[in-house]
Amino acid sequence: MSTAGPGASGAGATAPAGIVVEGVGMTFSTPSGPVQALAGASLTIQPREFVSLLGPSGCGKSTLLRLVADILAPTEGRIEVGGEPPGVARRRRVFGFVFQDSTLLPWRSTLQNVLLPLEIGGTARRGRAEALDLLELVGLRGFEAAYPWQLSGGMRQRVAIARALVTRPQVLLMDEPFGALDEITREHMNQELLRIWQATGTTILFVTHSSPEAVFLSDRVLVLRARPGRVKLELPVALPRPRDPAVKETVEFARHTAALRRALAGEARPE
Amino acid sequence: MIVRRYALSVAGILALLLAWEAYTRAFHVPHYLVPAPSLIGRTLVEEWPTIQRNVGRTLVEAVGGFLLGNGFAVVLAIVFVHSPAVERTLYPVAVAIRTVPIIAIAPILVLLLGNGYAPKVVIAALISFFPTLVNMVRGLEAVEPSALELMRVLSANRRQVFFKLRLPSSLPFLFSALKIATASCVIGAIVAEWVGADTGLGYLIIVATFEFRTGLLYATTAVGSFLALAFFLVVVALEKAVVRWKPETPPP
Repeated sequence: MSTAGPGASGAGATAPAGIVVEGVGMTFSTPSGPVQALAGASLTIQPREFVSLLGPSGCGKSTLLRLVADILAPTEGRIEVGGEPPGVARRRRVFGFVFQDSTLLPWRSTLQNVLLPLEIGGTARRGRAEALDLLELVGLRGFEAAYPWQLSGGMRQRVAIARALVTRPQVLLMDEPFGALDEITREHMNQELLRIWQATGTTILFVTHSSPEAVFLSDRVLVLRARPGRVKLELPVALPRPRDPAVKETVEFARHTAALRRALAGEARPE
Repeated sequence: MIVRRYALSVAGILALLLAWEAYTRAFHVPHYLVPAPSLIGRTLVEEWPTIQRNVGRTLVEAVGGFLLGNGFAVVLAIVFVHSPAVERTLYPVAVAIRTVPIIAIAPILVLLLGNGYAPKVVIAALISFFPTLVNMVRGLEAVEPSALELMRVLSANRRQVFFKLRLPSSLPFLFSALKIATASCVIGAIVAEWVGADTGLGYLIIVATFEFRTGLLYATTAVGSFLALAFFLVVVALEKAVVRWKPETPPP
């Protein structure tokens, strides 16, 4: 509505968008009283940037991601995705979302799952070729007709990533997408994600509780403090790109993860 | 592999029938008390015109009740899931219907609805209604929270959430209820015929009992059992055609 020129349809706009979170608080009302998940959380993410949110379980990082995605509404503060409120950005399909479990619909084939967002938007017929291209991008060409139960955990997450990308979002929001995968698959998926990120040029906000994963992937890592959640440390990752797994054996990499470990040390919750 | 499994099942049934036949012959069991399988088989062939006349009636009543009861249950489950107020109002009524003994309500329905198809269809419907309602509500609600979040992110409207998420995920639950309903609908129709009917398997059972035609009684019972089995297999085939994916959590 603001700066779109005449005739600009908005669909297929590929200029990446940034994210602004300013003084956001989130209080849930539970049967045992209000619980403050976030208080005064602020962060800015530049277009095309890869930023990770790192923190222990229950620090509010998933909540923050859900506020950006307009799955939840903040009790205070301001959020903008690509210069718009999250609700507007959601309806304009500015962002895609990848869940921890792939959340594929079991009665749909791989291709049908990838086409779901377009089907709901009413444009599935035009998107078929694009969906096949995306399956190629995530390395699943030839699995179009397979059902989720026939795929491994890593393959399901690839489908979920293709599904999130099918609307050509400017921002990708990822909630511990590889948290349920084994170490070997996870490393491989991290490399794949960097490749996909470079191919699509989207902005990525990535939630994880693994320091090495955050350092390997990100331009910047934000460490969240728990109860109430707010940004405790901001660590720019000064490692050259493109990165390959060998970077994990460097002193620089170890220095980054050590800094994150120190920041997280005070945050471990007594279980 | 499959052939061998079926072969074993058939062999088991044949062995049972042979033992039955041998017992009745060896101990000279009077055929009006326990007829031998051979006599039941002969009766089945000789009385087939009579049985055939009656089986069609019961089939129509059972299928009619199945469609009515399950159809109503599915619609009500959809309403329940969308309106908690309606659910709170009508759920006790549904439970009340469940607790009424079918055999006790049958004479009342015959009084109210006459001697024709209506009371039998209604009783068959009542007997299958509640299990399907409960299963369908559970199926519609058995949706992963993250799947609902996905629908939210995709800006799906209520209709899309229903048709693309809730309804497909309820189907395994629905079919497990429908499979149970096949047998109970046949039972419902036969019980209703006992109370007041001039045709149907239930009517034939009453007549055969009063006239001491034990062979006919057993033959009719066997036909009723085959009817329920055939009905069950039709629903199983339908399930195989519709639910082609492997459910992540198999419903009970």
